Amino acid sequence: MIFDEFNPSEDKILRVIDNDGEVIRPDLIPDLTDETVVKAYKTMLFERVADEMAISYQRQGRMFTYPSNKGHEAIHAAAGMIIGPDDWLVPAFREIGVMLAKGVTMKEIFLYYNGNEHGSNFKNAPRVLPVNVPIGTQLSHAVGIGYSIKYRKKNDIVFTFIGDGGTSEGDFSESLNFAGVWQVPVIFTIQNNQYAISVPVSTQTKSVNLAVKSIAFGIPGIKVDGNDFFAMYLAYREASEHARTGKGAVLIEALTYRSGAHTTSDDPSRYRTKEEEERWGLSDPMPRLKKFMERKGIWKEDEDSLRDQYKNEIDNQFLEAENFAPYSLDDVFGYMYTEMPEDLKKQKEEYEQFLTWKGSRR
Amino acid sequence: MVQAINNALDIKLSEDKNIVVYGEDVGVAGGVFRVTEGLQKKYGAERVFDSPLAESAIVGTGLGMALAGLRPVVEMQFDGFSYPAFNQIISNVSRMHNRSRGKFNVPMVIRFPYGGGINAIEHHSESPEALYAHIPGLKVVVPSTPHDAKGLLISAIESDDPVIFMEPKRIYRAIKQEVNDEKFTIPIGKAKILTEGTDVTVVAFGAMIRECQRAMAMAEEAGISVELIDLRTIYPIDKETIKNSIQKTGRMVVVAEANQSFSVGSELIAIANEEAFLYLEAPPKRVMGFDTIVPLAQGEKYYMITPERIFYEIEKTINY
Repeated sequence: MIFDEFNPSEDKILRVIDNDGEVIRPDLIPDLTDETVVKAYKTMLFERVADEMAISYQRQGRMFTYPSNKGHEAIHAAAGMIIGPDDWLVPAFREIGVMLAKGVTMKEIFLYYNGNEHGSNFKNAPRVLPVNVPIGTQLSHAVGIGYSIKYRKKNDIVFTFIGDGGTSEGDFSESLNFAGVWQVPVIFTIQNNQYAISVPVSTQTKSVNLAVKSIAFGIPGIKVDGNDFFAMYLAYREASEHARTGKGAVLIEALTYRSGAHTTSDDPSRYRTKEEEERWGLSDPMPRLKKFMERKGIWKEDEDSLRDQYKNEIDNQFLEAENFAPYSLDDVFGYMYTEMPEDLKKQKEEYEQFLTWKGSRR
Repeated sequence: MVQAINNALDIKLSEDKNIVVYGEDVGVAGGVFRVTEGLQKKYGAERVFDSPLAESAIVGTGLGMALAGLRPVVEMQFDGFSYPAFNQIISNVSRMHNRSRGKFNVPMVIRFPYGGGINAIEHHSESPEALYAHIPGLKVVVPSTPHDAKGLLISAIESDDPVIFMEPKRIYRAIKQEVNDEKFTIPIGKAKILTEGTDVTVVAFGAMIRECQRAMAMAEEAGISVELIDLRTIYPIDKETIKNSIQKTGRMVVVAEANQSFSVGSELIAIANEEAFLYLEAPPKRVMGFDTIVPLAQGEKYYMITPERIFYEIEKTINY
């Protein structure tokens, strides 16, 4: 069992291929077909292109603040391959790849970051919760969903995500504790990308790593190279097996690097060095997987034309989001309750009267 | 009232398998006030249970359950212990329906005993209704009798919106009333005129209703006709009933235990001004808690509102 071998208290890390795409643990390489590996890479490429385009739309003034997902693609692709149609996804806000795998569209994601709540009503993804902004508060929602699954004796599981900074929140500890006591089918992933905006992980904890926190809550935990697609795939496969067979929750620390800024409003040069960025760049999940495929001779696609194809697709999605119905007053008032209280009706009517006002001064 | 609430939970647990009841000491012990007594035995520890001691996660997990099709009724052990869950309530519970554009409902009830007058230590005597009523997306309900507690709690559990259900602990066992064993509901969002009158409108809720009724007896002796309104629901507030009453009497006195500034009393005075300005014959008055921390037992006599003080303010309003 990988949870035994990679005991987080000994600060071991699950890693299957190195930065040059060479297999360092042949015994652990998941038994995936060549097509599946190529497909995983394409999924990662799509996410990266989408991310680049989102930032570009923001820079063009066509979209508001957006948090980059760059560097996290291996985690997302692996989770996306394991998460099933009936499984739940409880995201933080840097998991676009997993959301796409569950059926969320780029149109919806763009709509949301363009300031419209309709972007959180995922039409083709009934079991995906909206992006969660108050740090760490989403984890207990995942535990509650896990309880309902267990209560109904289903074998669906819940995937939930948090960042390294979020592990300092009380909600993190409370949720892992509840998950342990209730033995619910929840896979917690900490995307440890080294920074909570500007604050490095060393300021968040004195623990040897973040996965080790699982021990206190009586659930398995494992630290994984989050830039190694195969390691992440293996971790998720084992974790989902554990959760789906009634053994309870798992904590995965996915060690990665936030290659981009926290959001388009952030400037990382204020708090980290170029040298550091370059050093982490060596383990970027995409060239790493590509080198693996090239070594094996299974990569035969033309990446530039794939990029063009994805750009086209994503741009169409963006245009759909841009042409979404204009935000109306009904959108402001209409969703606060399942039925609008008289009070809100009156506030809305008063505002509508104001809109018809021609002005008393001529 | 404890029995009436227990009975409401019992009825809903028996008719809807999606209902789960949990919190601290809720299961084996049946709650520190015995509100959930016997329910675990009857419905099993999967449906009525003790959770770890962490209010934020109690509410957060409840939200998750509600999103996944259950109808959780969670308990905060005391008013002052609801605050660790405040972030979940204001940031997620109240917002999920709006955030998801109606994709997710939050059929969830957060119950807790509230209010002073029981010689308790700090954090056990508070009336935080204004904090919760201020949050868009929530409903806030406060019963004043065993009958109302039952009917309102059943409505709260059947609501598809999240409800904060505040139980006046001071009268948990102080008011005896025969309550129909059958299922019945009382609509959320409607106040009740308990006594019709012509000289002054007194608006109150929860444990203060009994004090108002005592004050009314004094007022009657003094020849003052009081119209007593029990709000029952803090939000959505029943403006119509309040407006009509003030338009009839021309005077309003609001009675509540909470700190008076920025309170339900403040809101009622705004309603009086906005809806009945030209009918007012005296300034609307708040008879409410000071803007202080509720004192410990020895000092509570100053803070708690007595029938005498209510009558005193009624008289002043009449003689204005």
